[in-house]
Amino acid sequence: MDTALVAIVSTGAIGGVLGVVIGVVAKAFAVETDERIERVGELLPGANCGGCGFAGCADFAKAVVGARALPGQCPVCSPDDVRNISQYLGIEAEQKEKRVAVVRCSGDCANTVRTLYNGIRDCRSAVVVAGGAKGCDHGCLGFGSCANACPFGAIEIRDGLAVVHPELCVGCENCVATCPKNLIVMVQASVDVHVYCNSPEKGAAKRLVCKTACIACRKCVKAGEEGQMVVDGFLVRTNYENPPTTDLVEKSQCPTSALRLASKHAANEYQGAAK
Amino acid sequence: MNEKPRKFKGGVHPDDSKALSASKPIQDAPLLEKYTVIMHQNIGAPPELVVKKGDAVKKGALLAKATGFVSVPLHAPTSGIVSAIDKCPGPTGLAIPAIEITADGSDEWGSPFEPIADWRQCPPAELRQRVADAGVVGMGGAGFPSHVKLSPPPGKEIDTLILNGAECEPYLTADHRLMLEQAEEVVVGAAIIARIIGLDTAIIGVEDNKPDAIAALEAVAGRYNVRVQALPVNYPQGAEKQLIYAITGREVPVGKLPMDVKCVVQNVASAVAVADAVVRGRPSIERVTTITGKPVVRPGNWRLRIGTPIAKALELAGGISEQPAKLLLGGPMMGIAQRSLGVTVMKNTSGILLIAGDEVSLYTSEPCIRCGRCVEVCPMSILPATISQAVENKRFDWAQQLNVTACIECGSCSYVCPSHRPLNQHFKWAKVEIQSKLRKK
Repeated sequence: MDTALVAIVSTGAIGGVLGVVIGVVAKAFAVETDERIERVGELLPGANCGGCGFAGCADFAKAVVGARALPGQCPVCSPDDVRNISQYLGIEAEQKEKRVAVVRCSGDCANTVRTLYNGIRDCRSAVVVAGGAKGCDHGCLGFGSCANACPFGAIEIRDGLAVVHPELCVGCENCVATCPKNLIVMVQASVDVHVYCNSPEKGAAKRLVCKTACIACRKCVKAGEEGQMVVDGFLVRTNYENPPTTDLVEKSQCPTSALRLASKHAANEYQGAAK
Repeated sequence: MNEKPRKFKGGVHPDDSKALSASKPIQDAPLLEKYTVIMHQNIGAPPELVVKKGDAVKKGALLAKATGFVSVPLHAPTSGIVSAIDKCPGPTGLAIPAIEITADGSDEWGSPFEPIADWRQCPPAELRQRVADAGVVGMGGAGFPSHVKLSPPPGKEIDTLILNGAECEPYLTADHRLMLEQAEEVVVGAAIIARIIGLDTAIIGVEDNKPDAIAALEAVAGRYNVRVQALPVNYPQGAEKQLIYAITGREVPVGKLPMDVKCVVQNVASAVAVADAVVRGRPSIERVTTITGKPVVRPGNWRLRIGTPIAKALELAGGISEQPAKLLLGGPMMGIAQRSLGVTVMKNTSGILLIAGDEVSLYTSEPCIRCGRCVEVCPMSILPATISQAVENKRFDWAQQLNVTACIECGSCSYVCPSHRPLNQHFKWAKVEIQSKLRKK
């Protein structure tokens, strides 16, 4: 009984003394923090994707408060978020244009020639072996290196093809460097018309291995206004400086359905469109 | 008189299946209508085209010239017209530029150089230039330009020349037949190479499962002061570093070259190409290739011209009796799987191997059970299991610390792994990632 009492009293006493010491030290050696950093950090999305170029959201918040960066540099922030942060800091909110990733390939398993591949399920590894076992040397391999790199789950691997969901994509660019075929580009989210092909081969060669390749027939070039679609070798590309309107896809009647709307492509509405 | 060869660490003993083609003499392939010469056949810089579409060329004429030191020229496999310069499936699976020659049927020689009749009196520098001009590469599989190996930088002393006739890859018998039927040319090639690097002797290493080839070489070797060394059968006996160890007892340090341990290694087929270039004044436009495998009707060894389409080569061997599951260029251990028949024979195509459906299985990779068999068989004494885990977690820096770059990709670890882990592919991948990181810096 006595022993227990001694233990309780002495532990309590030590606790009390240490508590006072900690309290004093905490006051005396307090690190001054700018509460604005914490507040901006709360207003940021907290995805830690690194898309802004800083080491994470906390680092970016510090940079914003220190006026070394603008809130709009965060690719994940919506215009509302940017406005809230700007208001809080009393700075002017800048106009921000959302950018999204586009995987320039439409060759899913149903439309392309493929060889049996039983190796490591990673594009960057598959490309070391026989170039990735896809008939087209330039197409999406579909093992999802980009999808794994996406912190927002915006890339879906559907039937051996990486498909970006523009509404989920925030434009952090984490996927761009992972693609061994360099298929991913960042474009303005406002543009919906893209050519889902990146093969520089001749049209006939492309058609042998892929039903949805761009064969540079120029139907879309003629259907649109001048300069909206540009011809680049055996490939047509959207001119992102002067983008076409969404009705171009309907008007041009792309014979291979390589010309697609990103929103419909994501919703899988082009299945079986190929002749 | 032979010194007893040393046994290198590790190695495996796969079924060699050489009986399919070992007894078949080398046959000359008939002239084809078209040859497609792949532009980049060597390690190093691709050569630069010197012909254009529509040009008439003689057999042996220069098609593309070397661009720099580590690069080799290409020559026409027959006389005819350059009918196209287009892309063709390359050995890695990706399309690469190629020159298509449509034969005119006369097969008339127009070699860019004369034979050097008395090579024993010829200055070594001139012989070395001839090897470079003839476009000789390592014909065992790597395709490394031979003249580069024969040009040790100043200060590097060479005291041993080893000719690689081990042919440890299962199925392949091209070098075996070459040593048996053209023993003299192999030995002359060895003597010429020895002269180029300032030696008067050479050693030919041959695995002792080829006693007839050893006997044939020994019958002529003495006259040229060349020694034949029988080696025990152990895959990868024919890997450069393992061969050097077996014959000289010297270990090539990680990241160093054979010349750092005073050795030069050349393949026996390359030696024949060197002899052809010097004694007969002919560029490297043909090679002996084994066409084999269970689905092949008449497996055998053919002297094929560079640029022969694989499909045509298979026709020579009587076509196929059943649908193959796999087409490999090279042997089953290190050969490169192909996804089309459009590839053509290159200077380093030692074999065309078809594997039947019942000879292969589709395995799923299972977790490592840490049995250590890969560590036991690894001839480079690295830790395949650990490196594989590092790569699986994309820790390429860790893989680099574990010396993945020392891996010679012999495939012994993948061969023994009871969990069917794609170890070799992990290492290839890691090497590519490490390389691209170095390039970015």
